[in-house]
Amino acid sequence: MKVFGAFIIKEFNHIIRDKRTILILIVMPIVQIVLFGFALSVEISNVNVAVIAPTYNSNINRLIEKIDANEYFTVKIRLNNYKEADKLMKEGKIDAVVYFEKDFDESSIKDNTPDIGIIVDASNPNTASTENMLLSSIINDFVSSEMNKGNIHTTPMDINVRLLFNPRMESSYNFVPGVMGLILIIICTMMTSISIVREKERGTMEVLLTSPVKPISIILAKMVPYFTVSFVNLITTLLLAYFVLQVPMEGSLLSVISISVLYIFLALALGLLISTLVKTQVAAMLSSIMLLMIPVIMLSGMVFPIESMPKFLQYISNIVPAKWYIMAIKKLMIEGLSLSHIIKETVILFVMTTALISLSLIKFNNRLE
Amino acid sequence: MENAIHVENLTKSFGSFKAVDSISFEVEKGEIFGFLGANGAGKTTAMRMLCGLSIPTSGKGTVAGFDIFSESEKIKQSIGYMSQKFSLYEDLTVSENLTLFAGIYGMKRAVIKEKSGIILKELDLWREKDSLVKSLPTGWKQKLSFSAAIFHNPKIVFLDEPTGGVDPMARRQFWEMIYKASENGITVFVTTHYLDESEYCNRVSIMVDGRIEALDTPKKLKEKYNADSMDTVFQKIAVKAQRGE
Amino acid sequence: MSVLSFLIKKELKQFIRNPFLPRLAFVFPFVVMLLMPWVATMDINEVKLSIVDQDNSLSSQRLINKIDASDYFNLKTVYKEYEKSLSDLENGDNDIILEIPHNFEKDIINGEKSSLQISANTVDGTKGTLASNYLTGIIYNFASEIMAEKGLAADTGNLIETNFMYNEFLNYKHFMIPALIVVVIIMMCSFLPSINIVSEKEIGTIEQINVTPVSKIAFIFSKLIPYWAMGIIILTICFALTAIVYSLTPAGGFFNVYLISIIFIITMSGFGLVISNYSSTMQQAMFIMYFFMMIFMLMSGIFTPVSSMPDWAQWLSYLSPPRYFAESMRSVYLKGSSIVDLRNSIGLLTLYAVFLNGWAVISYKKRM
Repeated sequence: MKVFGAFIIKEFNHIIRDKRTILILIVMPIVQIVLFGFALSVEISNVNVAVIAPTYNSNINRLIEKIDANEYFTVKIRLNNYKEADKLMKEGKIDAVVYFEKDFDESSIKDNTPDIGIIVDASNPNTASTENMLLSSIINDFVSSEMNKGNIHTTPMDINVRLLFNPRMESSYNFVPGVMGLILIIICTMMTSISIVREKERGTMEVLLTSPVKPISIILAKMVPYFTVSFVNLITTLLLAYFVLQVPMEGSLLSVISISVLYIFLALALGLLISTLVKTQVAAMLSSIMLLMIPVIMLSGMVFPIESMPKFLQYISNIVPAKWYIMAIKKLMIEGLSLSHIIKETVILFVMTTALISLSLIKFNNRLE
Repeated sequence: MENAIHVENLTKSFGSFKAVDSISFEVEKGEIFGFLGANGAGKTTAMRMLCGLSIPTSGKGTVAGFDIFSESEKIKQSIGYMSQKFSLYEDLTVSENLTLFAGIYGMKRAVIKEKSGIILKELDLWREKDSLVKSLPTGWKQKLSFSAAIFHNPKIVFLDEPTGGVDPMARRQFWEMIYKASENGITVFVTTHYLDESEYCNRVSIMVDGRIEALDTPKKLKEKYNADSMDTVFQKIAVKAQRGE
Repeated sequence: MSVLSFLIKKELKQFIRNPFLPRLAFVFPFVVMLLMPWVATMDINEVKLSIVDQDNSLSSQRLINKIDASDYFNLKTVYKEYEKSLSDLENGDNDIILEIPHNFEKDIINGEKSSLQISANTVDGTKGTLASNYLTGIIYNFASEIMAEKGLAADTGNLIETNFMYNEFLNYKHFMIPALIVVVIIMMCSFLPSINIVSEKEIGTIEQINVTPVSKIAFIFSKLIPYWAMGIIILTICFALTAIVYSLTPAGGFFNVYLISIIFIITMSGFGLVISNYSSTMQQAMFIMYFFMMIFMLMSGIFTPVSSMPDWAQWLSYLSPPRYFAESMRSVYLKGSSIVDLRNSIGLLTLYAVFLNGWAVISYKKRM
């Protein structure tokens, strides 16, 4: 036990003595959670609009004011022909154009043919359709409230939309659990795999293995400090999420921490497995990044909804641990559900962790024999 | 005639620690100069300053007639260096390594090809010329490093513990190579901790705790310290050492 | 000049002999370009829907059938009570709930306004909003049908005609593919250089180089040029895959995309070497690189629009070279922008290229 303690201290020293590494380990997650928590958002804003009309009569001017008054839109420029608009769009200076074919008055709305064109830059299809929807509804509102002479019937149905769990539509509610899933797994896995492989590369692993300490203790001793670092990261991340990003903590903090600890174990086991499979630090790093960073960003549902993917990718997404962790965290933190709602996620993460640990131990022992 | 190396009060500090503490010495052209000292005495640090790998904290000096502060790149043109740790490219072949370094010194391809043929045959490495360096045994790697260091005919060659980790037989062979280089007019500056090797040097300096405590021919040193071998000389001087390992 | 050619030969040989890197450089673009466009899609479809039908009439059934026929939704359950649907939503079995009120049919017949309720899980805001927009659209459509049957004029819908420029069919893949090329270049052309010099430091070979009179510029360029070549090959693979697999060719022509991409490759490899120069171990280099990579990937508008970021983050994104590249690639590919249209982005990117490569040369220290 004393030797084991000495090993742990050795590992801690490795981390603490290297100022740059400690900076990276502790400060980097803080920067990331704050940066991404605030900055990642898909809500449209700052949409620049150009208006094209042969002449600007009072109706058009009033409509322009209406559009400009909307929080999402800014009418940047008034033009006389489409050519200029196309150029501005290609330069990325405007995102949408409202186009009037002829003078816009009561006669326009009687003939029941299109008189107003909306041209949106649809490079990004999602923002384009939202922009289109918002612009159309501003124009429709304007027409029915200010120009309608009673010959148009409004829809006989009224739709209320209730935004559950995230009424203010904060993007951070979605991205913070995602970023947590990303940071924890990458830091843990990368750190453990690299630090073990580095000892292999430098040959110090052989020295350790010839000592009377059991190999398993050496590995455990390596994991304790990284577990500690990860736990510190977890706590800082949660504090930042709650106090700085104002992400709610609807469910019990204890359950959030428990599931996160399970996830950290999983990440450590994954790091151990990678370290038994590769020979060099570069390979360890690259496999951690390629196998983790890209799949976690892409396949965990953090940015892109999993339902929209082709079926076989949906199956693949099931083996991305971050997917289950992020789902569980969203349910606990934001939806405020109890532990009984995340039984499935917990079981899956638990099974994954056990499988990874046993697999890496088998690999590790094989290598020794 | 100007000296190959001339150093006055050369110092290198890392914070408050003086790795090299105001050393002064001269190395004549064509001599084999032994640079002795225990581990941590500052040999490598001093040598790195002379080679232009490390900027001195204070003092002055010239190597091959060039100032060690302002003309380090000119110095590099005139010297060869073999570091303590094998540092040729393990993933290149024997002849690729020679070609690379000769090329860096501006030698022409045709010349390189001819000369490397001669050298590799001399070293008995000809059959291995297309094998990757990582597959060679240590002794051969050291021979190769040395050849790479003198390939471009430098005025001075710096050898940092060139015979570390090889058997006595290979060490003898290695010293034969050093003598041959010296005969060809190359000044040799060599650090070693094998004291028997210092007997092969024209002159020897002994460093203790960053300072040069003794400097003379092996013969005179033995007389001065009333010893029958350099080993005893070293014991008597190094006894003052404060720095441990 | 001839020194440079000796050094470049050395770099190329080392790269090719590496057991791992050439394979990675070749396979990576294929994996990203063939798989990721299918993953990186925000096309909302098959959203799990639960309907609470309190009316249970012919009209409500008609609306349900209409919704069920749409590709956007996957109708999971029809209940009578909201609580059941909500509990399913909490379990993740559905994402959106539509409540059809009691008297729905009666109101339609009497020409009175009927009130429907949509409840969407908006933890993922985009999905929630887009889904409720689609659902709203279907319901309005249904309402228009009813009005038409009653012989009433439709609403103002006909007044406006929308034109989706540059991406008529709102194909999300076409939006993502140019950006995925950016991802490939970031990963390959900055990551690999970043561990190059530092690995020579760790192995010790840099010492043997530093003691030679090799000029800093020759040494750094011998490191950079092979990565530029690699980058151009990777780029060509990406362009070819994009054209063959997704029938997407740059509307602004290949000359423009190559030009911008080459500037970007130069920028990123210079950046990689700067990191390598300042690191003393590969581990450090890799961590720092990982940090920047995350920032580059997430702050450059590749996955989420820059215009949606708060102002300070938008300012910050100006510091991220991939931002200009991602913007330019999308513009050239989809909008057919030319280098003249993109002069600002290209100009800034070029400045970054000069700055970072200059920095790489200066920060390489031959003496400690």
